[in-house]
Amino acid sequence: MQLYLPIAELSVNGLALLGLGGIVGILSGMFGVGGGFIITPLLFFMGIPPAVAVATGANLVVASSVSGVLAQLKRKAVDFRMGLVLLVGGLLGSALGIWVFAWLTTLGQIDLFVQLSYVLFLGLIGAMMLKESLGALLRARKPGSPIRRAHVHYSVHKLPLKMKFRASGLYISVIPPMLAGAAVGFLSAIMGVGGGFIMVPAMIYLLGMPTKVVVGTSLFQIIFVTAFTTVMHAVASQTVDMVLALLLIIGGVIGAQIGSRIGVMLRAEQLRILLALMVLAVCLRIALDLLLTPSELYSIAPGVLP
Amino acid sequence: MIRVLALLGMLAFPAQAQDAASGETIVAGLSQNLVEITTNFSGSEILIYGAVKRHAPIPDSAPLEVVVTVQGPSGPLIVRRKERRFGIWMNTESVSISRAPSFYAIASSVPLEDALSETENLRHQITIPRAIRAVGIATEVDDAPRFLEALVRLRREQEDYLLAEGSVKLLESTLFRADIALPANLTEGDYKVRLFITRAGKVIDSHEEVIKVNKHGLERWIHNLAHQQPLIYGLLSLVLAVAAGWGASALFGLIRR
Repeated sequence: MQLYLPIAELSVNGLALLGLGGIVGILSGMFGVGGGFIITPLLFFMGIPPAVAVATGANLVVASSVSGVLAQLKRKAVDFRMGLVLLVGGLLGSALGIWVFAWLTTLGQIDLFVQLSYVLFLGLIGAMMLKESLGALLRARKPGSPIRRAHVHYSVHKLPLKMKFRASGLYISVIPPMLAGAAVGFLSAIMGVGGGFIMVPAMIYLLGMPTKVVVGTSLFQIIFVTAFTTVMHAVASQTVDMVLALLLIIGGVIGAQIGSRIGVMLRAEQLRILLALMVLAVCLRIALDLLLTPSELYSIAPGVLP
Repeated sequence: MIRVLALLGMLAFPAQAQDAASGETIVAGLSQNLVEITTNFSGSEILIYGAVKRHAPIPDSAPLEVVVTVQGPSGPLIVRRKERRFGIWMNTESVSISRAPSFYAIASSVPLEDALSETENLRHQITIPRAIRAVGIATEVDDAPRFLEALVRLRREQEDYLLAEGSVKLLESTLFRADIALPANLTEGDYKVRLFITRAGKVIDSHEEVIKVNKHGLERWIHNLAHQQPLIYGLLSLVLAVAAGWGASALFGLIRR
């Protein structure tokens, strides 16, 4: 079933896109991730122009985050106050990211920058996750090993502009959450991801938020940041492909439901090892593209009249 | 029916027929003047057919040959080259091409060098390198011609530039037909079809037709909205995404219950 994508201006197999959305949906259902960091590189590999892949990826994350946050709202696992502070930072970061994206596009270095960002972050996150889950697996086999302290005071707790976050049980400065939000917003604009894979560890380890509100709050913030990113990309560079997004979303939501059932059957540590290995595989694939001599040295991009 | 109409159209404008000194003129038609890019568009085949009209017997001089070109909308391009810097491959040098067609096909009845002299090629800008306008690129990089070669090579690999020498079927130096395949990734706009008849490398007569390529239906609507009302388009994409996300969780919630 060949389908013509009106914005990417190429003809692709619609069933392949549905399948791709489905696979990413299964992963996001199994692991509870947005899937943006998997789908955007896969769209690159399929030949979708990076600018369209990133902008459409952001649109996709809106759909999967809405679906996810509804479940979290029922459990009252969203800290709205923290979410809003993160959001303010997120919008600033996203606006900066859109600007950098447009600037690098004119320089012809956007593909390289996007690929480097992916290699860096996927490598970092994959390695961290693998180490953590392997450690947890070993600890589970050897009872009696030391347990981590739940709440640690870092130097971030000494900063000014303190605010009470009742749902998280925190009294901290708004500067670290704003900075974390801004960093994730920036990545969202550049990489077409929700940034949950950065946000969740930042909330737990940097802000010391309780795990039960972390996923819901990050999803809440991600919806608005990716929504903002989508509209900004649509206005600034007209690169959001509605048909592409819709196909991936349909595949994704069905896959997510299947994935969440598979996820119940597997153990949490095994799941995380699998996810870590997959993240590292995607990272390696992109890194090889940068390191190996490409088969084609030349590329064509639309120009502007001087 | 279309052939008859094309013939009538030619007869209605005899002025064109008198242009050619040797008395041989082209009468031609297309299988379609409009290509609509629909949702399931996967390329299109265009049939260009015609005849050579003459009032005298076929001259005994050099044989008659036919050259057909189809040219898509042109625009400026940037061609970039990767180089290894700090161990990774990145774009370094680039040249700006002021005009290059998004699609270009040439079909001829014999190899082009036999059908066309270099002067006539220059005058009518027929071959692929002639269709690309790249003035001043020599000042941008040292080896500018290699960038041009790469542009043509890449476009030919993607079948955006086609060179089909010997593919035009010519009968009795009079009737001819050419089949040109338009790829799936067509750009919208007017596609210029040019027909040339030559003898001994010299163009005797030429003829032009236009094929309009339009996005149709939903594709057209989405494309226009995205470029003319980007804010509304962006918001609409959001509404779709939110509706799909919410709808999916509601639907599966119902199924589970």
